[in-house]
Amino acid sequence: MEIIRQKVAGDRPSPEAMRDFRSRQLTARQLLTGDLDGSEAEEEVEQGVLTTTLAKAGRWSAGNAFMPATFGLACCAIEMITTVAARTDIARFGFEAFRASPRQADLLILSGRVSIKMAPVVRRIYDQMLEPKWAIAMGACSSSMGVFNNYAVVPADKFLPVDVHVPGCPPRPEALLHGILKLRAMVHEDPTLGWRERHGAERTIEVLPDEGEALRKDFAVNVPGATESGQNA
Amino acid sequence: MPDATGLELLAGELRDAEPDAILGTLHFRGQATIHANAPHIGTVLEALRAGGYANLMSVHGVDYYPEEPRLGVIYELLDRARRDRIRVKVRVPTDAPRVPSVTPRWPTADHQEREVYDMFGVVFDDHPDLRRILMPEDYEGHPQRRDFPIGGEPILYTKDAGTRQDYTQ
Repeated sequence: MEIIRQKVAGDRPSPEAMRDFRSRQLTARQLLTGDLDGSEAEEEVEQGVLTTTLAKAGRWSAGNAFMPATFGLACCAIEMITTVAARTDIARFGFEAFRASPRQADLLILSGRVSIKMAPVVRRIYDQMLEPKWAIAMGACSSSMGVFNNYAVVPADKFLPVDVHVPGCPPRPEALLHGILKLRAMVHEDPTLGWRERHGAERTIEVLPDEGEALRKDFAVNVPGATESGQNA
Repeated sequence: MPDATGLELLAGELRDAEPDAILGTLHFRGQATIHANAPHIGTVLEALRAGGYANLMSVHGVDYYPEEPRLGVIYELLDRARRDRIRVKVRVPTDAPRVPSVTPRWPTADHQEREVYDMFGVVFDDHPDLRRILMPEDYEGHPQRRDFPIGGEPILYTKDAGTRQDYTQ
C-alpha cells in the first residue's frame, strides 16, 4: 500500500465563516453563564440541545467506549495488537483502552484457538467481567475450530455467548475493526440478548461456587489403578 | 548406529542375560532396532546403559492399528562417547497396556511417559506420578489412538441457536 502525502483540500475558511463560528461560540458561552434570555435563548436551545432518554445515552456511551480485555490466545492476537497500532488505530473509535483485569474490561476478544483445557479459564474470565459485557470470537479457530478441528480445540460458542464472529485465518486488523464496529451498532440498537440465558452467562460471578472446588478435586477420574472404569477400553 | 552384525551381537548378549527379554531385531536404512518384551524393558535398557547407551533421548508412543498388539512404546538411546544410537521398541495390547516405568532410572522419561499415557493410554507401572499431562484431568479417552474420532462435529453459531440442535442440550 502506497502512502500519498498531499495538502488538505480547500483553502482556509473565509473570514465570514470564522466570524460566524466565533459568534456561535460566544452565544453558547452566554447561554451557559445565563446571560442569554428571551427568544435568543429559546432559539439557541432549539439549535444546540438534543434530548434523549438516559438508557439510549448510556448505550451510546457504552458502545463508543469498549474496554477490551488484554487477552491474546494465539496468532490472531498479533492481528489484534496491530489493530491498536497506527494504521488501523482503534483509538479513533474509543476502543484503545485495553484493560489487564477482567473486572475493568467489558469486551472479550477471543483471539485464537481455545483449547479444551483453556476453555474453563476463558469462561471464568468472561464471568468475572462486569455487566454489560460482550464477546467477539476472532478467527476461524474460536468460531469453528478452523484447521484444528480435533480433540484439543473447542469452539467458543460451546461455552460462552459470542456476540460477533470475525472470520479469517487470521482476520486482518480491518476485519476485526469491522467486527467491533458491528458490535458497536448492535450495542446501540440494544437487541434482546437471548443467547446469554442459554449459556447461563448473565451477571458477574463474584466468587467461584464451593461445589466448583469440590468438583475440581473429584475430577481426577483417570488415575490408573484407582478405578478400572477410567481406562479407555 | 551399530551395523547389522553389531546389532545381532548386542541382541545375543541381551538374550544370554535374560532369555525372554528380546523378541527380535530390525536393521533398516542404517537404523538399528531391538524389539523387547514389555515386562523386561527395564533390564534391556539397563544392559544397554551398561554397554554405553547411557542417554535416553526420547520416549514416545505409537498406535499400530489394525495390527496387534496395537500400542507401541519406543525408546531412543544415545551413546555420546561413540556417537551411536539404538532404538528399543515394545508392543502391548490395548486390553492390558502395561509397561514398567523407567522413570526411576531415567528421570527424563517422567513427562514423556505421562504424555504417552495421556495420548495412547499406555499405563507405566511404578511411575511416580502418572497423570494426564496435556489433556484435562477429567478427559475421557486417549486422543492419539487411531480409533479415536478426529473431530468434525457440527458447528453451531450463536445466530443459529434457535434453529438447530443446541450445544447445551
